[in-house]
Amino acid sequence: MKRRGFGTAQVILFLSIAILVVVVAVPVLLIFLNAFWVNGSFNVADVIRIIREPDTWQALVNSLIIASGTTIGSTIVGTFFAWLVTRTDLPFKRFMKGMFLVPFMLPSFIGALAWKMLLSPRAGFINRFFMQNLGFDGPIFNIYSYAGIMMVEVMYLFPFVFIQVCGALERMDPTLEESARISGAGLFTITRKITIPLVLPSILSGALLIMLYSMAHFGTVAVLGIENGIFNIPTLIYQRIHQSAGSFASIRTGTVLAAILVVAAALILWLQSKVLSRGHYQIIAGKSFRPMELKLRALRMPLLIFCLAYIGFTIVLPTVVIFLVGGLKTYGLPFTWENLSLDNYKFILFDYKVTKDAIWNSVTLGFSAAVITMFAGVMISYVIVKMKVRGKGILEFLGMLPFSVPGSVIALGVILAWSGKYGVNLYNTVWIILVAYIARYMAFSLRANSAALEQVHDSLVEAARVCGATMWQALKDIVLPLVRPGMVAAFFLIFLPSLRELTVSIMLYAPTTRTIGVAIYTLNEDGETVMSAALAGIALILIIVGETLINRFIKTERRGG
Amino acid sequence: MAHLRLVNVTKRFGDVTAVNGLNIDIEKGECFSMLGPSGCGKTTTLRMVAGFEDLSDGEIYTGDRLLSSPKKNYYLPPEKRDFGMVFQAFAVWPHMSVYENVAFPLRIRHLGSSEIEKRTRDALASTNLLGAANDSPDSLSGGGKQRVALARALAINPDVMLLDEPLSSLDPHLREEMRFEIKDLQRKYGFSIIYVTHDQAEAMALSDRILVMKLGVVQQIDTPLAVYNSPANKFVFSFIGLSNFLDAEWRDGVPVLRGGMPLPDGLAPDRNMGSFSLASRPSEIDFVSEGEGGSYALEGVVTRKAFLGEIIDYQVNVGGQEVRVQKGRRAPGPDVGSACRLRLLRPFWYAEEEG
Repeated sequence: MKRRGFGTAQVILFLSIAILVVVVAVPVLLIFLNAFWVNGSFNVADVIRIIREPDTWQALVNSLIIASGTTIGSTIVGTFFAWLVTRTDLPFKRFMKGMFLVPFMLPSFIGALAWKMLLSPRAGFINRFFMQNLGFDGPIFNIYSYAGIMMVEVMYLFPFVFIQVCGALERMDPTLEESARISGAGLFTITRKITIPLVLPSILSGALLIMLYSMAHFGTVAVLGIENGIFNIPTLIYQRIHQSAGSFASIRTGTVLAAILVVAAALILWLQSKVLSRGHYQIIAGKSFRPMELKLRALRMPLLIFCLAYIGFTIVLPTVVIFLVGGLKTYGLPFTWENLSLDNYKFILFDYKVTKDAIWNSVTLGFSAAVITMFAGVMISYVIVKMKVRGKGILEFLGMLPFSVPGSVIALGVILAWSGKYGVNLYNTVWIILVAYIARYMAFSLRANSAALEQVHDSLVEAARVCGATMWQALKDIVLPLVRPGMVAAFFLIFLPSLRELTVSIMLYAPTTRTIGVAIYTLNEDGETVMSAALAGIALILIIVGETLINRFIKTERRGG
Repeated sequence: MAHLRLVNVTKRFGDVTAVNGLNIDIEKGECFSMLGPSGCGKTTTLRMVAGFEDLSDGEIYTGDRLLSSPKKNYYLPPEKRDFGMVFQAFAVWPHMSVYENVAFPLRIRHLGSSEIEKRTRDALASTNLLGAANDSPDSLSGGGKQRVALARALAINPDVMLLDEPLSSLDPHLREEMRFEIKDLQRKYGFSIIYVTHDQAEAMALSDRILVMKLGVVQQIDTPLAVYNSPANKFVFSFIGLSNFLDAEWRDGVPVLRGGMPLPDGLAPDRNMGSFSLASRPSEIDFVSEGEGGSYALEGVVTRKAFLGEIIDYQVNVGGQEVRVQKGRRAPGPDVGSACRLRLLRPFWYAEEEG
């Protein structure tokens, strides 16, 4: 690069680093400082003391138990369904594949809420049905348990494995299996010796993603665990910060737990990259015949019924329950026409200040965070992917950071950084939530934008420069139009999840700055079950409409080129 | 008795007939190539022989053994056919060593461990892979991977080897080398080959007989020489080697080129063919001087002359149509813009409706 261009490159690099440092690096750094630095000196003994406190230790163990169980369960479910829809002659495979991806867009804490209504030991509809009509003495299943939490998490997390394995099985060169077949191996042997080993990296990488997600997951454990005193790391952090109103001891415990989460997340991501780089076989080939389909024969109908039952039980039933409960006059009444109305929905949309504020907050926060993060993400990705400047290494490292920092850690870090200790006090305002959202969703934006930028070959910009365009003109006229789909994708990838965000907002909200997620959660905690369900129903509608719109948009973008 | 027999083999995908009434007999030890443009049905035919595709109609046998017959509702799955097969994209298993790849078909057959060891080593030795036995196939080049695939197919010592464009993923120079390696292996092991390719040079170099296919229909089955020297129709003529076609027709009882230039006696077909093409190969045309060439000569003007190394490539305008001529670089030829006289050494005529 010539002298003249050097200045602008440096400016962009500096800005990019500054954004990541302020938004992500400083909060994480403050967490580690607070955890390990006591009264001006490095102190590991104190950290160990905190870890060995019974509550903290139990939360760590619980996080591990729940994450392990969820990971194993989701991996089995996800791999099985992926194999079923890609490699067998199961009927309605395309529909099934679509349905198995639906849990991706449903917020798991709303799911947990629905399952609480269905399977809580005394009041759950299913348990009550069995006790009242079928003469059972006690509840058939207690959702307030490790098994219950893991079951709900599996329902919402298995798509991580499902989508990875589906992709691998679909892209895999079918002649890899055909050559085993012509070598004399039967379908069972091929599945065991060829197919599974070849997709194992995809299975493992999906499983590790689930592990990461589940370990740092707040919603489900918060809704289902607290009743029986089951805390994991994020819920314990929340409980400590929330109850003690920011006392020194509780902040210390929080930061130690958060530090452990960050380390664990980094470890998992490192493992995942190892799995992907070491075991990622070149199994993709150009020429594609349809892969072999296993004829299920006698099992075809039973497996179809099983899949439909699974979809009905895990997707349709909880959704219906949310909407029905949202329509009830009072929680506990039977579902009859006299008891059901749209009054709750009208009330929370037009009259109830708490929910009206929450919807407004979530929409404005989500929109602002999405716009800011989208533009920042484009700039940072551009430096990482395209520019050849010194100091890029720092940025690459900083750019990895958002991927490995769980939401509750960001929330805690933001509290430490923006509570006035360093000159700016945003605590109890919406701004602190906005800053946290930007930090939390930066990873999404970086991923979408780098992917889009990698598609733009350098020669396209070089061709523009040869035609007489300056660097800026080339960026404006060539690069920006080409990465626009990536930017729009980034916008929606941030806007839609932020509408249902809970983990970060729950730690940062003030009475007037509730978000939709916080409102659903707190209404439920306060016993306003029907209001909570109605708001959850509205959130579901918002999310489903949004997802449908973005899918349509992405399709037309692809077709239109 | 033919070793591999395809009787009236037909394959339909919905309304499309991919392969239509194919009859082939392949002898033991023969190398039989199926040649044609993509989508002509050659790969589908090979996959029906391998057992990856069902037949819509017809039967396939090896010797007396029936492999597939929809009429008798019989279908032997690929894993029971004991064929060797090599695919275009190598299809070597990246999670197994070279040795394990080759040993796989033997292990499936539950052979004794010393037998497996011996035959794997034999196959690896035949393909010059002994040194790489414990490597991962991913560490090998494209040619190396394809050797592993060959060794794996050889390991069970099959009677029939199915090769599905095995060389088209390789670099050109490697392709030529592997061609001869395959031929050598065939001589050593004595298997029959069915070879699918769209590369005519490959088919010519390897095969005892070539089948040329178009849209699922056989155009010609013959030795490479016969296919080249006496193509059965215009399609085969154009598909094998370089070709020139001059549009011509029968007008008022006289054959003329499109545009009206009358054809000399030697270039006229022996019967009234209506509209037809006068076909020739660029290498089988001479430049002759005024008065020479007799009744085999056409007048033209050189419009392009390109030096291609060993040969010089000319484009000559003959009555508004282009004719390509290739001569050795040492032979003197006319320059661009000059008038010239062409003598067609071996003209062919194809009536238009023959396609």
